[in-house]
Amino acid sequence: MELNYENLNSMQLDVLKELGNIGAGNAVTALSKMLNKKINMEVPQVRILELAEVSEIFGGAEAPVTGIYLRMEGDISGNIMFLLPIESSKVLLDMLMGGYRDGDEFDEMDLSALEEIGNILAGSYTSSLAAMTGMNIRVSVPALAIDMAGAVLSVPIIQFGHIGDSVMLIETHFSEGNKHVKGNLLLIPDVESFVNLLEKLGVA
Amino acid sequence: MTVVMTKIGIAEVCAAKDPAVLVTLGLGSCVGVCLYDSKKKVIGMAHIMLPSSKEIKNNANKAKFADTAIDMLIEEMEAIGADRKSITAKIAGGAQMFSFKSSNELLRIGERNVEAVRRELGRHRVEIVAEDVGGNYGRTIEFYSQDGSLSIRTIGHGTKVI
Repeated sequence: MELNYENLNSMQLDVLKELGNIGAGNAVTALSKMLNKKINMEVPQVRILELAEVSEIFGGAEAPVTGIYLRMEGDISGNIMFLLPIESSKVLLDMLMGGYRDGDEFDEMDLSALEEIGNILAGSYTSSLAAMTGMNIRVSVPALAIDMAGAVLSVPIIQFGHIGDSVMLIETHFSEGNKHVKGNLLLIPDVESFVNLLEKLGVA
Repeated sequence: MTVVMTKIGIAEVCAAKDPAVLVTLGLGSCVGVCLYDSKKKVIGMAHIMLPSSKEIKNNANKAKFADTAIDMLIEEMEAIGADRKSITAKIAGGAQMFSFKSSNELLRIGERNVEAVRRELGRHRVEIVAEDVGGNYGRTIEFYSQDGSLSIRTIGHGTKVI
């Protein structure tokens, strides 16, 4: 099968959405347990965007964001990126560590806490994918960047640039009721895996 | 006089006559190549995302690759009056946004983009007069036709003009 994101049929899109739903649902549940707070999740979107459009999806290319990036390897390979606006990162840290923080700077402890959050989210996302598809999936150690959205997103965009002029994102927005933590979980399967994934799910 | 700022997105090139300002927001591992003919006051910017069109099957979009985007940009500048012999370059970007313990080729892409841009500019005998590349942070760049200056903004790594 020649891969072309523009040609995905509605059944394939639905299956990918469902993957996002299950993966992100588990990830958000893990986050909710960790924070002991209720977290709402929106229905995942599968979006196919032009390369140049991607950096605009998160409040503009210059908007400061926290990006936590992990590689998936195994029967399926690809990237997982967990993005949150900088304000949400601070609120999340306050909730997690009991509001000891002051000032705008992130210290070592904050950074490693954010990495750990990414680790837990990605771990639960991929383990539910693995359970559903029967595939073996491993996740790398998370890497963190706090910078302009365009710059953070350039990393996955470039990987897509190898194969075409559009990017496919399985995107899930979630928010914590009172304090307005907003986040975005992106699952970006590698091209080779993408076909494999659709086959495993019986919709290739 | 008001000057229109033109935004250059990822994998796009643009040439313009004075007065003009070309802008790229949130440049990460990509490289912003800024060319200037000071005599004719023609500027051009390319937002390059990959080193070589030859490594990739689907290479129709010439503005994506260092080896084809620079050709394309110089031609576009010539079409509006620039003389390639008087073109000089400033380059910015090519950061490594995430550091992993494993040395994954994909993650060194910023560095490889910068190498490729240098090589291609060398092939066209275009001198690089200033640069701000590498590091692990994003950059917003603004390139002015008036004097060929390139202003660079970052989050937490200052602002400069090269």
